[in-house]
Amino acid sequence: MDVSVSPAQAPSAPAATTGLVIEAGRAERHYWRDLWRYRELLGFLAWRDVKVRYKQAVLGVAWAFIQPALTTAIFVFVFRHLAKLPDGGVPYPLIVLSGVMAWQLFANALSGTSGSLVGNSSLISKVYFPRLLVPLSSLAVSLVDFSVVLAFFLGLSLWFGYWPSWHWLALPLFMAMALGAAFGLGLWFTALTVKYRDFRFLVPFLLQIGIFVSPVGYRADFFPQWRHLFALNPMTGIIDGFRWSLLGGQHALSPVALLVSLALIAITITGGLWFFRRTERKFADVI
Amino acid sequence: MSATALEVSGVSKRYEIGHLAKADTLVETLAGGLGALRRRLRGRRLRREEFWALRDVSFSVETGEIVGIVGRNGAGKSTLLKILSRITEPTTGRISLHGRVASLLEVGTGFHPELSGRENIFLNGAILGMSRAEIRRKFDEIVAFSEVERFIDTPVKRYSSGMYVRLAFSVAAHLDPEILIVDEVLAVGDASFQRKCLGKVRDVSRGGRTALLVSHNLGVISSLCNRCVWLDQGRLNAVGGAGEIVRRYLAFTEFPQDGRLELAAIERPAPHAERLRITAAEWLDSPALVQGRDSRLRIHFEARQEVSEASLAVGFSRPDGTRLLTYETDYTNRQTPRLRAGQRGWVEFTLPSVPLSADTYLLDLGAKSGLFHDLDYLPGCAQVEIRPGPDTHPRIVKQGWSVRLDAAVRWGEGGGA
Repeated sequence: MDVSVSPAQAPSAPAATTGLVIEAGRAERHYWRDLWRYRELLGFLAWRDVKVRYKQAVLGVAWAFIQPALTTAIFVFVFRHLAKLPDGGVPYPLIVLSGVMAWQLFANALSGTSGSLVGNSSLISKVYFPRLLVPLSSLAVSLVDFSVVLAFFLGLSLWFGYWPSWHWLALPLFMAMALGAAFGLGLWFTALTVKYRDFRFLVPFLLQIGIFVSPVGYRADFFPQWRHLFALNPMTGIIDGFRWSLLGGQHALSPVALLVSLALIAITITGGLWFFRRTERKFADVI
Repeated sequence: MSATALEVSGVSKRYEIGHLAKADTLVETLAGGLGALRRRLRGRRLRREEFWALRDVSFSVETGEIVGIVGRNGAGKSTLLKILSRITEPTTGRISLHGRVASLLEVGTGFHPELSGRENIFLNGAILGMSRAEIRRKFDEIVAFSEVERFIDTPVKRYSSGMYVRLAFSVAAHLDPEILIVDEVLAVGDASFQRKCLGKVRDVSRGGRTALLVSHNLGVISSLCNRCVWLDQGRLNAVGGAGEIVRRYLAFTEFPQDGRLELAAIERPAPHAERLRITAAEWLDSPALVQGRDSRLRIHFEARQEVSEASLAVGFSRPDGTRLLTYETDYTNRQTPRLRAGQRGWVEFTLPSVPLSADTYLLDLGAKSGLFHDLDYLPGCAQVEIRPGPDTHPRIVKQGWSVRLDAAVRWGEGGGA
């Protein structure tokens, strides 16, 4: 074997000719370039997580469907049959399931990113690569689960006689928002978990509360008096968006809630990246 | 060709330990912070523990050289490799690397037990820095080298440990970097596989590439390396020809002629040696053990605070750190005295004919309170030679065995010999 095999495209070839300098605080310079160089590793890590997710589970990927389906059934019973909340002419299961989908995408992505660094601690203490790949790659699993539920939703909405409309085209945008919100928050949590394992307990708790605080089981647009309070929660805009797009526009899209969501997402991602980069140098020492 | 492949200049690494390291939950940090605040308000300074794993280390490596790094446990070898591999940053200093670096600090980093051998080759290859195309091209070669063809589609959790390690090493062996950094990973697999691995490392330098390796196996270092770097307590002790450095290093870790090895000054990570410090070890008969004869080892200590249920231990390890034998005061006769603050004393172990084959071993010393509370630990603090005696009868000590044996134990007071 010869060394001359494409050192330029090899991931760990940071400028073979000029040489690499290691100094305190120096890692910054090649950061974004390294991230691009290591894109294949990003793919491999995501592939590993997806591959391993349902290994040795008898029901396998069915789990991705069972959880949202049961949650939906219970929420329909509680909010529709017990609480008699209005449905605006849309079958209640579709209202709930579209909300559950948005919430689960966010929740799975958030718990995945939050636990990602500690879950990969053996890698972090033994190999160099841009640490940002770890939380990024953990997003992939939530997308796989999501696609299963999306197929289920499609089947259910066809059964209720709802055909996908052009509104579906906007779905990727709202998915990106849900992932963005989870990623931004997840960056904070995962970096903090490296040092403080307390956040491992905090995240599931937040998610447990969040599903009730956010309009998952009910339509936010039927409570105009609480509109502004709802809008403070970035998930409101995202869930509204999911409903609007999946229910073919039969759900109001609140521009205020949407803008608040976008702004909060931008802030958490920017802040999360800043915090992550500030602390990542110490990860290997602390983890 | 004598271009510089790697240059380390003035590299230091500081770890903060004690308070900070212990505070692993928020509450502890908050509690620690409050305590610190209270102390500060009272005008006392916050005690901050620092530990310099490396201090002002400089050396350079030419292209094509194989350089060994030797030193006792805790000398800073692994920290140095971690810095060279960019896993952690130096606190001060600068390193320049000229060429593609691959580092192998552990065999099978990132292997996932649920994935098959085939899948793990791709995953591990990517983690070590290979591109997908590169792995695909070398795939057959990797599989052939590992000798696990038949099980390549079996999840690696079903592999024997030998198969696992062979597969993992095979991926690493096909990295083809310009600078290879290896930490004590050649000590894997059976003898024939080890020979294969050593051959791979030799090929590295033949191909004009550079390698830097840490090993406790001094035989490997002196036969494989051109040059050697000797670290001691984080500082660079010497750099030079491998043969010469290995000889000097061996002489260094031997017991002095009078049989008494001073240990009080050796730096150890906190909280070791805070409450009780092992100050010296002393062979009362001869610094070399002779099979079939009793040997008396006296361990001197100083209790800085009161210690309940004190016990001391002596261990014999292979040069790679695998413990073979342990003698503990509390195991043999349940004598676990309470030590007063400021008490100096010693424990004398009479080791009946140590059942190890004639070879060189590392001596581990430790002290604890009760069953689990470590007070001090000095792994590999000296080497001990065991010589065949007149009526030596060969016994086999299986790799990885740790045996506890009876020894006569006597406690005493006072500092002198």
